[in-house]
Amino acid sequence: MGHLIELKNVYKIYQMGEETVHALDGIDLTVNQGEFVAIVGSSGSGKSTAMNIIGCLDVPTSGSYHLGGIDVSTMEDDQQAEIRNKMLGFIFQQYNLIPKLTVQENVELPLLYAGVSSEERHERAIQSLERVGLADKRKNLPSQLSGGQQQRVSIARALAGKPSVILADEPTGALDSRTGREVLRFLQKLNQEGDTVVLITHDNSIAVRAKRIVRLQDGRIIYDGDASDPQAVVQPQEDDAGEEVLA
Amino acid sequence: MNFTQSFKLAIKSLMLSKMRALLTMLGIIIGVAAVIIITSLGNGMQNYMNAQFEQLGSNLIQVMVYGRGEESTRDVSPDDMYALVEKYPQYLSGVSPYVTASANVRQGTEDFERTSVYGVSEAFYRDDTQKTMQGSTLEEGRFLRYIDVERQQNVCVIGSYIAENAFQGDPLDQEISIGGVPYKVVGVLAESGDSSEGSGDDVIYIPYARAQRMGGGFGDMYLMTSTDRDTAATAKGIIENRLLDIYESSDAYMVMTSAEMMDAMDSMLNTLMMILILIAAISLLVGGIGIMNIMLVSVTERTREIGIRKSLGAKCRDIRSQFIIEAGTTSAIGGAIGIAVGIIMANVLTNVIALVLGTGNDGFVAVPTAGGIGVAFGVSVAVGILFGYLPANKAAKLNPIDALRYD
Repeated sequence: MGHLIELKNVYKIYQMGEETVHALDGIDLTVNQGEFVAIVGSSGSGKSTAMNIIGCLDVPTSGSYHLGGIDVSTMEDDQQAEIRNKMLGFIFQQYNLIPKLTVQENVELPLLYAGVSSEERHERAIQSLERVGLADKRKNLPSQLSGGQQQRVSIARALAGKPSVILADEPTGALDSRTGREVLRFLQKLNQEGDTVVLITHDNSIAVRAKRIVRLQDGRIIYDGDASDPQAVVQPQEDDAGEEVLA
Repeated sequence: MNFTQSFKLAIKSLMLSKMRALLTMLGIIIGVAAVIIITSLGNGMQNYMNAQFEQLGSNLIQVMVYGRGEESTRDVSPDDMYALVEKYPQYLSGVSPYVTASANVRQGTEDFERTSVYGVSEAFYRDDTQKTMQGSTLEEGRFLRYIDVERQQNVCVIGSYIAENAFQGDPLDQEISIGGVPYKVVGVLAESGDSSEGSGDDVIYIPYARAQRMGGGFGDMYLMTSTDRDTAATAKGIIENRLLDIYESSDAYMVMTSAEMMDAMDSMLNTLMMILILIAAISLLVGGIGIMNIMLVSVTERTREIGIRKSLGAKCRDIRSQFIIEAGTTSAIGGAIGIAVGIIMANVLTNVIALVLGTGNDGFVAVPTAGGIGVAFGVSVAVGILFGYLPANKAAKLNPIDALRYD
C-alpha cells in the first residue's frame, strides 16, 4: 500500500519580471492514510503554493505528485477538477460558501458536480450536516449563520463528497479563539474517526493540535516530525537559524 | 450539474436583481415586441386586403386593350369578347365593357367634379350573385338592362354618395346631367366604402356605348369573370390568345386577374415585412450585446463563486453551461415579455386603426401569427445563448486559485 500523498522533488518556480521565484524549492513529502498533518510557515514560506499543489489547484513546475497512487502532477484542468471533486475536501479561511444558496444546497454542490442523483444528494447532505450538528439550519442562507456555524457548514460540504483528504487552509483565521478551538476540535474528531486531515496555517498554537508538523521556509521543508516534539514549534528567526535547527 | 438546476439557479439570480434583469432584457423585449407588432400588422393587412379582393370577386379578370396605335387596322369589339365567353363557358362566366368616361356631372346648380362615370353593359351586374363584378349590391331600383344597353338609353345607376348629395336620398326616376345630357336614375348601389367624395360610392354607371362616345378613356377596358378562382389562370390564357391573334403583339393589351393581383400584393407586402423585420432584428442584436455586457459584469462579480465551484470539482463545461443557460434564460424571459407586449400592442393598434378608418370591428385586425411568435422567441433565446457564450467562456477559463482569492 503506497502513500496517500506523495510529493517527490517538487519545484514551483514563478517568473516575476526579471526575477525567478522558487516558491517551492524541491519538496519531498509523504502523508499516509489517517494522518493529521499541519503545514506551517510564515507568509512567503511556500505553504500556500504547497496547499495549491496538494489541493490539485495547481501543477508543479517539476517533480511528481501522486495522490492515492495517481499521478496528478501533469493533469489537465478538467481532470484535476475531477480529482478535487472525488478525493479532496476543502475548508477555507473565508468559508467560501455561495451566499445565494441555502446551507443544504451549498453542501450538495460537490455531489452535484459528481453527478449524484438528487435524492442521494439530499440524503448525504443531511448526513453531513448532522455530523457538524447543523441539520436544523439546512434551509438557512449562510449569511443567517454565525462565523463558526458557517465554517462548520463548509466542513460539512468538504465531508459530503467522502474525500480521501481534508485540506484545511487557515480554517480558524476568520474566527475568534473560542470558535476557532471548536473547529480545531472538530478536525481532531474527524481525524480520530479515520479521516486524513492536512491543515495549513501560520500559527504554531494551531499547528500543535495536529499529530505531525511540517515546517516550510523559503520553499523548503525545515522540519518534519511529531507535533509533541518541542523542536517542531521553534520559530526560526533567520535562514541560518533554520539551518541550525535542521542540523 | 444538469439543465434544470442551472435553470433554477438562473431564475434565482435573476429574481435577486429584478431591476438589472429588466434592463438587461429591455433590448430583447423591444426587439421581440417590434417583430411581433410588424408581423401582426402585416398579417392583418394581408387578411384585410384579401377580404377586400374577395369582396370584389376573386374571379375578376381585367382586360385592357391599348390597340396598336395610329396604324391600327384591326380592333377588338365588345362582340368579340362576348363571343369568347360563349365559346368557353367552362372558364368564362361573364364580360362587360368598362369604359371610363370623361364627363361633367351636374345636378341642378351643383357640379360633381370628382365623380367617376363608367360605361358598362348589363352583364356588369350579376344576377346569380346579386352583385356587380366589383362586389357592390343594389340598394334600390334596378341595374341597367339589356334593352338599356342595346338601345343606348339615357339611364344610369348611381352610387350612394351621389344619391345622398345630389338627391338627398330620393334619387329614383330623377334626372342627372352627364356631359350635358340628362340621364334618368334607375338604381342606387349600396354603400361599399365610406360614402365620401371621390370614393367607390361616388360613381355613376351608364350604358357603355354612350360612355364610348364621351371619350376620355385611354384604350378599352373589359371586366370579365372566370367561373372560379382556380380557372382564372386558364381564362386569362384564353383571353390573351384571342387578343394576340387579333393584334399580333403582346404590347397591345394587358390581362390581369384578381388572383394574380392578390398574389402580387401579397408578395409586395411580404417583402416590405421582411425589410421591417430586419430593422427590428437590429434591436435584437443590440439586446444581445446588452446581455453580453451584463454577463461580463456578472462573471467579474461572481469570480469568487466561480473559484469556489471550481475548487469543489466544477469542470470548465459546468461553469460555461451555467452562464450560457443564465444568458439564455434571461433572453427567453425577455422574449416572452416581448411577445406579451407585442400582442398587447397589436391589439391596441387594431383598435386605433379601426377608430381612424372608421371601419369598425370587421375591418382591419392585426393578428399575431403563431409562426411569428415562435420565430421571435427562438431568435431571442438564440441571441442570449450566442452572446452569453463569450462571458461564459471567460468564466469557464478562470484560474481557480486566482478566482478563490478574488475580492
